[in-house]
Amino acid sequence: MTTLDMPTTKTVPKAKSRFTLKTEGERFALVGAWLLLILIFGTLMPDSFLSWRSFSTLFGSQAVLVVLTLAIIIPLTSGDFDLSGASTLTMSCMLIAVLNVKLGWPVVPVMLIALASGVVIGAVNAFFVLYFRIHSLIVTLGVGTFVNGLILWVSNSQTISGVSMGLVEWVIINRLFGIPLAFFYALILAAIIWYALEFTIAGRKLLFVGRGREVSRLSGINVDRVRASAFVLSGLISAFAGMLYAGMTGSADPLSGLSLLLPAFAAAFLGATTISPGRFNAFGAVISVYFLVTGITGLTMLGADAYVQNLFYGGALVIAVSLSQLVRNRQPQDFS
Amino acid sequence: MSENAVLKMDNIRMRFGSYYALKGVSLSIRRGEVFGLLGQNGSGKSTMIKVLAGFHQPEEGSSIQLWGQALPLPLDPMLIKKRGVAFVHQHLGLVASLTVVENMRVTALGQKTPWFVNWRKEAAAISTLFAEFGLDINPFETVGNLPPVERAFVAIIRAFEDLRASDAGYGGEGILVLDEPTPFLPAEDVQRLFTLIRSIVRTGASVVIVTHDIDEVRDITDRVAILRDGELVDILETRETGRQSILDTIVGSRIDAFEKKRMAVTGIPSLVRVRGLTDGRNTPFDFEIRQGETLGVTGLIGSGFAALPYLLFGARKGLGEITVDGKTMPVSAMTPLAAQKLGIAFLPGDRLGAAGIGSLPVTDNVTLPILDGLTRPYGLDRSGMTREAAKLAQIYDVRPQDPHLNLGALSGGNQQKVLLAKWLQIKPKLLMLDEPTQGVDFGARQQIFKALDKASAEGTAILCASTDNEQLEQICDRIIVFSKGRPVIELKGSEISRKSITEACFHSHDAEAAE
Repeated sequence: MTTLDMPTTKTVPKAKSRFTLKTEGERFALVGAWLLLILIFGTLMPDSFLSWRSFSTLFGSQAVLVVLTLAIIIPLTSGDFDLSGASTLTMSCMLIAVLNVKLGWPVVPVMLIALASGVVIGAVNAFFVLYFRIHSLIVTLGVGTFVNGLILWVSNSQTISGVSMGLVEWVIINRLFGIPLAFFYALILAAIIWYALEFTIAGRKLLFVGRGREVSRLSGINVDRVRASAFVLSGLISAFAGMLYAGMTGSADPLSGLSLLLPAFAAAFLGATTISPGRFNAFGAVISVYFLVTGITGLTMLGADAYVQNLFYGGALVIAVSLSQLVRNRQPQDFS
Repeated sequence: MSENAVLKMDNIRMRFGSYYALKGVSLSIRRGEVFGLLGQNGSGKSTMIKVLAGFHQPEEGSSIQLWGQALPLPLDPMLIKKRGVAFVHQHLGLVASLTVVENMRVTALGQKTPWFVNWRKEAAAISTLFAEFGLDINPFETVGNLPPVERAFVAIIRAFEDLRASDAGYGGEGILVLDEPTPFLPAEDVQRLFTLIRSIVRTGASVVIVTHDIDEVRDITDRVAILRDGELVDILETRETGRQSILDTIVGSRIDAFEKKRMAVTGIPSLVRVRGLTDGRNTPFDFEIRQGETLGVTGLIGSGFAALPYLLFGARKGLGEITVDGKTMPVSAMTPLAAQKLGIAFLPGDRLGAAGIGSLPVTDNVTLPILDGLTRPYGLDRSGMTREAAKLAQIYDVRPQDPHLNLGALSGGNQQKVLLAKWLQIKPKLLMLDEPTQGVDFGARQQIFKALDKASAEGTAILCASTDNEQLEQICDRIIVFSKGRPVIELKGSEISRKSITEACFHSHDAEAAE
């Protein structure tokens, strides 16, 4: 029986030649594009752009966006959208400002409360999505908008400044190799998420749930529990991003954090074209964020107007994803 | 005969890979007749219909003539529709959450102005049409709220409207093709459906009906074509043919070389005991599977056998009790995880929808049940996972032997080998299979059977739900035939043959119908 002629026999010898230039090229194309951007802006503005000072500031200040992006790739991996991420971030930031500045509470318990707020928002998302079987887009959009309202309410629509210097020091003032600590927090978090997705059973389950709920269910995975955990984790990490945001500026305003939502999604989807193409992945997300902000910073330094920011976020996302689709012969994208 | 043929299909050959589903079938349909297409599962009758619909492209040399005009190859589905052939498929093609009138107007053929739809007028027109056939269905009712037979009516009348709007329709002609419209209908509804078909034929149209049911064929058709293994066996005048001779023609007599050594009928203890199993609607029933035994469950489509593994695995809500190797659990509390802890594994039939993930590599798919064993203090052993997958790919002869490939990139047979390996590696006490070799080529099929045989030799009890009689004959020690949601006939040992299985399926169904 085993000697039956199989039509596929001829393809066997080619098995090990998979690590081709093309696949490796695809993996690191975005890194290359990033370096190219640096090269271009560096040639145009050798003094201002290429200085370590401007780079270290860029690394530090964008840590918030990196962390938010890392937060949303968790539910994205399990096949759900979390549109409330930026609201959670702003809520956490605002809670820190209100409790610490207005009520004078010590900063450490306030930070814990801020993180807890993220967990609560994540749990609320999970409850409505899973108990009522509503699409995550609808629930998180609604919950996010609701939270936006709460933020305006608790802050009286005011910017609150004067957050404990302790937090500010530990986020932006203290530096390692000249880069604010916030960058390293984001990097550590990315490493943890990368490890969890690649090397833990929980990460496997997350991926399987995202790719095939029915397959996962019939393989004995508790699909609802996995999805709920993803929402809660996303809330927690978003709240952590809010904490960094408060530390970054020493203040909280009720609106500016909300504008991070779309860049975070742009970076998440862009990140899914690099490092491990076809999957949402932590380091892909980190590189995407810095690719996007390098472009924007460079253009701004060249004297471009503020609108260039959105042009670049949107344009780079669509063009980069289109290019990566060309490499994959335009197969339909399958994240879920 | 050929002068008033509205449809002539000549020498239709259809190949899937190296497998011929149709080996040169020729038939012609006369004006105003009801023509039956009968055969076992896999005999090619559905393929024939799909060729006629332009869904499958037949090989060179096949020819289809409508009203004397040859259709150019490759076939164009829209052209076929315009010429006056309309189809009602088994799943009816209705959107359950929309209303009758919306469903009726999905096909824009009758539409005059695309800018405005006067729903009231459309509904009135539909009501008139329904009334023409003595039907009374509210056009604004949501399709999901209609009883099954009325849904079938809606689909059939919609197809009939397409006929009227087609080129042939001006002369009052047309061909209505019904693909298994009856398996989910109770007997009195089948009669209502037939009444509708007869009144459609009276308008001058011809009807082709694909079915499993011999008595229905004798009731409604004028002639019946019987297919077996992709070949036309005979065309019979239904009125002049007895049911036994139709049955004999369906089954045929063929000799098969390969035969499994069936296990002794007595002397081996039961490993799996199921008591009072029901999905809540049908009568509860019991059965047992012995150690190393392969039990097949089968029946006609809609007879309920296919739900069995899903109920036992906790994938669908059921009632009853299952004992595996001395451990008992109520079926109502069963979940896939609990089932796995009892030592049950289940390979669903929907390969890339329920069994494995096409967009993930073979490694990820195959190692899912054994991740616990691959966890090291530092986390998952990724290279160990790949090694494990490569080992399994070698044992089960998965080709190409590259565990980095996405599951979806493999052929159906190789996908199935991977998914079977996924569950066999945990050495389940009870392995449940749903159509394990659907769309699998001959060679891979034998390899899968061999792997299953090896598992049963090691004591695994196997439950195989399938309508593939050849497969059942090859691998089963015992077969239970279902009808109307419960077991009706049991075949053991030497009683098992393709012929006896087919006869049991039809017999049990007809016995039910006679009740």
